[in-house]
Amino acid sequence: MEVLRLAVSATQRGKLISAGYTSLSSLSSLSPSDLARDLQISESEASEILKAASHCGRLDNSDGSHAIVTGAQTAWDMFHEEDLSRCITTSCADLDNILGGGINCKEVTEIGGVPGIGKTQLGIQLAVNVQIPVDCGGLGGKAIYIDTEGSFMVERALQIAEACVEDVLEYRSLRKNFQACQVQMQPKDFLNNILYFRICSYTEQIAVINYLEKFISEHKDVKIIIIDSVTFHFRQDFEDMALRTRLLSGIALKLMKLSKKYSLAVVLLNQVTTKYSDGSFHLTLALGDSWSHACTNRVILYWNGNERYAYIDKSPSLRSASAPYSVTGKGIRDSASNYKRIKMM
Amino acid sequence: MANKVLSEMGLPKSITNIFTARNLLTAKDVLSLTEFELTELLDVGFAEVTTAVAQVSEIASPPYQTALSLLEQCIQNEYLSGHLPTCLKGLDEVLYGGIPFGVLTELVGPAGIGKTQFCMKLSLLASLPTKFGGLEGRVIYVDVESKFSSRRMIEIGVSSFPDIFHMEGMAQEMAGRILVLQPSSLAEFTESLQQIKVSLLQHQVKLLVIDSMTAVVSGEFEQGPPRQHSLGWHISFIKSLAEFSRIPVVVTNQVRSQCSDEISQYAFQVRSRDDTIEESARFDSHLVPALGIHWSHAVTIRLVLEAKSGERFMKVAKSPISPPLVFPFNITSSGISLLSDVGVEMIGPQINAIQNQGHSDIINFLSERLP
Repeated sequence: MEVLRLAVSATQRGKLISAGYTSLSSLSSLSPSDLARDLQISESEASEILKAASHCGRLDNSDGSHAIVTGAQTAWDMFHEEDLSRCITTSCADLDNILGGGINCKEVTEIGGVPGIGKTQLGIQLAVNVQIPVDCGGLGGKAIYIDTEGSFMVERALQIAEACVEDVLEYRSLRKNFQACQVQMQPKDFLNNILYFRICSYTEQIAVINYLEKFISEHKDVKIIIIDSVTFHFRQDFEDMALRTRLLSGIALKLMKLSKKYSLAVVLLNQVTTKYSDGSFHLTLALGDSWSHACTNRVILYWNGNERYAYIDKSPSLRSASAPYSVTGKGIRDSASNYKRIKMM
Repeated sequence: MANKVLSEMGLPKSITNIFTARNLLTAKDVLSLTEFELTELLDVGFAEVTTAVAQVSEIASPPYQTALSLLEQCIQNEYLSGHLPTCLKGLDEVLYGGIPFGVLTELVGPAGIGKTQFCMKLSLLASLPTKFGGLEGRVIYVDVESKFSSRRMIEIGVSSFPDIFHMEGMAQEMAGRILVLQPSSLAEFTESLQQIKVSLLQHQVKLLVIDSMTAVVSGEFEQGPPRQHSLGWHISFIKSLAEFSRIPVVVTNQVRSQCSDEISQYAFQVRSRDDTIEESARFDSHLVPALGIHWSHAVTIRLVLEAKSGERFMKVAKSPISPPLVFPFNITSSGISLLSDVGVEMIGPQINAIQNQGHSDIINFLSERLP
């Protein structure tokens, strides 16, 4: 019964079935007025149903053009587009390296780790770095920061922005193109380009994510969405775990759609939890196994001895690797011991 | 915003009626279902549902601010980004003024290390008149463990602020501003929390202390899922309480010894290196905070108090603005005081470790000195 898959209301579906329209092909050659007569519904309703049916049955329609399937793209075209899409640097060379240049646009990246490892720090750093001007290898975009935990500290964002301005000026003076940098850069401009939503319940979280589609179409220069953290409210007030999974996967789908449509990066910060497997307890990212499929990339931040490391746990294009980083007064930077190594050489 | 009533959103009348008929009255009811479920339940077309959901979402989502406007707000009204000074110079400096408003600050450490002492000092500070650097407000002190000692608090007050406390009637006024609650069960605690939420704003309450969070939950349940669940509710409630009334909330947490089969590592770490297991075994000797990792995510600032070879240390273990620093401290008649205002930076996860060596010496030493 193919009509069961149609996105039409239950009454309409019932009428379709009782009138004998069970397959999509039975609907394909109908005119709206025929259908309206058969089902005893208004003509506008009938054309809605037919629209839904043709949407569903698009696989069968080859519309004469070279594309075999509408909406599809060849891998070669995708390769070219991926080549063009930019990355957002994390300000840590090692981390950028294992991430293939930084946080990728058009992808959903999940970053998790124990409390105090630097998730929020990385989030703020990315919100600042996305604004690095294009002539310095950045994206020159804006950032949306969705704060569910209240951990965003504007003083800290200012510190990181100040350090970033210094770096940009240094970069420009190294390349000696003073003419290009007529525009004065102020840390405050950086803060002005961070659009901050404070979320207090899971309902608001869903609402904001639904609303983002419209919001971004009005603010097209947004290049990154950071949710810090995606977990918090979903971990507190849920009894019905199946509902939680459905809502979460809905969120993930919408974010993925947004990232593709507007070619922006989505970064979800996640908490950790302990999980019992293979006879012992392990740390693992929260929200369960079905959530772990939701994101394109998954990065875990962890302590390795006395250093902070990032590990690529899941990615379709990157090999799993780990790299050290450190959190300094200026924000995320290369690991301190790495600096020493370079100096020694 | 989440409980906004649907009928006041200006949706088309027909759609509102359909939602109401299915008992979907608020934004929460609508957004808790996926669009497909709604189509099924409401018996209307998918397109209509999508538009309605988009509209509900737009109204229910809170407005955005730029980080710049946040910063300006903070500068304009100091009370929004205010801090409760701890009178510990080094700590105030790294925390940009003291215990911040609007977030949870946690004190964790072994028994007798000075958590309650610190809480009592903070309560006094919040009640002091503004010209002496206080907040001139009321304090609600939830004393779950029945450890609050009014005599000791007055003593701290007299020796740290002699000028104020020797004034006629001041001691009474200061102490009169501190309300101590001693809930005996989790239900009672929950109830008083809900009352507190209402009265916070009316009564000029400037500090909420919960000593300790662990006793609240562990008194009631054995380990297992129910504890996790009720804790989850309390976490979000206390966080929202702090946020909306813009007051500092200080919560203490006890410690427990780490179970031997608890490995604080990810599966991939164990797979990749065998030597790290030995390393983790070495760490086993230390204590861990009694409330687990779920709770740790919720606190914004974590101060670890510990004892090592007969000395006490205060560690800024988690903070969005301060580097991981260690301060040596001791407890005198005027409460906690730092032995050095310059913190030593600590590298690596050791900042989270809680030591308790040579601690009993200090306690004996203290009991001789304190009445």
